[in-house]
Amino acid sequence: MGLLITQPKGAAQRLKDGVGAALIALVLGVPMLGLATADVGGALAVITRWPLLAGFVGVVFVGRLFFQWLIDIFSLRKKRREQARPAVAKSRPWLTWIGFAALGLAVMLPIAFSGNRYVIDTATTVLIYVMLGWGLNVVVGLAGLLDLGYVAFYAVGAYSYGLLSTHFGWGFWQTLPVAGLLAASFGLLLGWPTLRLRGDYLAIVTLGFGEIIRLILLNWTEFSGGPNGVNSIPRPTFFGLPFKPDSDDGATFASFFHLEYSPDHRVTFLYYLILALALLTNLFVSRLRKLPVGLAWEAVREDELACKAMGINVTNIKLSAFAIGAMLGGFAGVFFAARQGFISPESFVFSESATILAIVVLGGMGSQLGVVIAALLLVVLPELGRDFSEYRMFLFGAAMILIMVWRPGGIIAKREPTLRLGAAA
Amino acid sequence: MSALNPHDPASPLLLEVENLTMRFGGLTALDNLSLQVPAGKVTSIIGPNGAGKTTFFNCLTGFYKPTEGSVRMHHPQRGPMLLNQMPSYHVARKAGVVRTFQNIRLFPNMTVLENLMVAQHNALQHASRFSLAGLLGLKDYRQAREAALEKARTWLTRLNLLDRADTVTGNLSYGTQRRIEIARALCVDPLLLCLDEPAAGLNPRESAELNELLLYLSREHGKGILLIEHDMSVVMRVSDHICVLNFGHKIAEGSPQHIQQDPHVIKAYLGEEDKDTEEAAA
Ligand SMILES: Nc1ncnc2c1ncn2[C@@H]1O[C@H](COP(=O)(O)OP(=O)(O)O)[C@@H](O)[C@H]1O
Ligand SMILES: [Mg+2]
Repeated sequence: MGLLITQPKGAAQRLKDGVGAALIALVLGVPMLGLATADVGGALAVITRWPLLAGFVGVVFVGRLFFQWLIDIFSLRKKRREQARPAVAKSRPWLTWIGFAALGLAVMLPIAFSGNRYVIDTATTVLIYVMLGWGLNVVVGLAGLLDLGYVAFYAVGAYSYGLLSTHFGWGFWQTLPVAGLLAASFGLLLGWPTLRLRGDYLAIVTLGFGEIIRLILLNWTEFSGGPNGVNSIPRPTFFGLPFKPDSDDGATFASFFHLEYSPDHRVTFLYYLILALALLTNLFVSRLRKLPVGLAWEAVREDELACKAMGINVTNIKLSAFAIGAMLGGFAGVFFAARQGFISPESFVFSESATILAIVVLGGMGSQLGVVIAALLLVVLPELGRDFSEYRMFLFGAAMILIMVWRPGGIIAKREPTLRLGAAA
Repeated sequence: MSALNPHDPASPLLLEVENLTMRFGGLTALDNLSLQVPAGKVTSIIGPNGAGKTTFFNCLTGFYKPTEGSVRMHHPQRGPMLLNQMPSYHVARKAGVVRTFQNIRLFPNMTVLENLMVAQHNALQHASRFSLAGLLGLKDYRQAREAALEKARTWLTRLNLLDRADTVTGNLSYGTQRRIEIARALCVDPLLLCLDEPAAGLNPRESAELNELLLYLSREHGKGILLIEHDMSVVMRVSDHICVLNFGHKIAEGSPQHIQQDPHVIKAYLGEEDKDTEEAAA
């Protein structure tokens, strides 16, 4: 990244920088592009491809110039904005309005796209990531503890429901609190030994923790079904009414409401279920942020030593962040298992943790609305990019880099104060 | 200073440091230091850079575990307690000894008011019943929060920070940040306030205000104040008692007048200069 994101430069410096990049491209390009082996009459011969190399060097030169130019523009604008910004933290009511507008859209979505299963399914996935993002935001965004193994708690939640429902016939709502508590205990289990660690070290240990959980699920076949996972997990019911075609054994959702059975009912129900869970999560975390414990999370992120000098037990504060973040991840996991009906360790790989972390960082550490926007981007962009097939991930990466150049602190980087003297008076 | 006693109503003994020694490998940063700090008075620690003043604060407040010796706090309600055996957050919370830092340590992305509310965390967390009452918005918690805001407002007013309350602290000037750090420490309700070079980086007007504040806190609020300071205009004006450290040793102790005339102190402060002039003369 050091090569990519650099300080703003003047025109002359930009040119010099471009020539430098072109030179590197030339040196690397000679053996990789300029020279190639070819089969000439049965013998191996070296052929030269200078035009191709020249083209490559040219592209690197122009591309680098363009990139630098972009950076200059963005950082200049940012500087101007910062100079114009007054020191007093202003209230931003429009953020709240955007939030309500987004909520309205989310509620209307299944009606607007009724029957379009693909859209509702994708929206459900977005909401799962939003919920996971809000959970991880407590740990990473508020308490400032870098957690690369968050998917472990998601897995704990999913397997809790998977196993409790298939072995003991537990229902969705019954399992939810138990799975949350279980995930929270795993949060404490991870938090306890890692309290002394900070930054990179903490990240590595949490990464290892995530992998350990996945490997246990993969290898402890008697317990978790190993690589085959857990099958035929019961789907959640609508207050006891299953989403099934009409049958003789009892009422179904369709028969009870005198509707024609349609598989869309369940998809829509799942969508509203995760919407409700995500909203509860948001409400819960927003309230906590304004309570002493939330303020202390942020204070620990800002300066641990100062917290101790104020008489704050930093250990407890960190553990509470780990536990609550983990609990929310566990809830999301229960929903995931209920939605899929099938879970296996493959769903809980490191790249999931990385995606959730990317959502938090991209959204702006600590910002709830930022998480929503970032989750939308991260789920929808790759979907939209399907037409570009093999360029899809490339476009996705480029979009991420551009966003981070444009807004290094995330999409909503500015922190909203939790209380004001003016408002409190 | 043996006249100090914990039961003297005018200025009861707060802190009793005995034979405190702190070694870092081969370096002895504090050497057998003994000191008594009363309530309602300003006790200053002075000495050249590297004398061990900050180390002394770190030993008092649980950030370092001293190699030898003891630090005893005579809490008027809770009785004597050994600070050198407590974790740092207990020192602030249970013993009522609160410090500031030589290199200011605020919560830079939070507002001034939020900084002051974090300082009242323990009382608020208790009232919020570990967030349950807080989540439900129960009356107890709302009242505790009102009280905390009122306390913050009081100290903000006293330290002339009221118009800054909703400003992010990281953006403020150095002098203002120093005042915020003191206001934040006061919100913890300390019995003993330990200030590490609070006048560093202040302009003359700000340092005059600091003088006045220190006298106000000790005289009106009966707080014990331990002050590390290089600015002699502050030290000589507000101190009731001064302790001079050099290379971890206590080289002198007494009233400001006494210290100004002490030959050891003059030598410690001017020693290097004397040598230079002697060499120049030779
Ligand atoms: N954590 C530490 N490890 C090693 N040496 C330390 C440590 N803290 C302080 N010292 C040393 O102790 C001595 C006293 O430092 P300090 O208390 O900061 O001095 P002062 O505050 O009087 O300027 C210095 O020589 C310093 O290098
Ligand atoms: Mg010092």
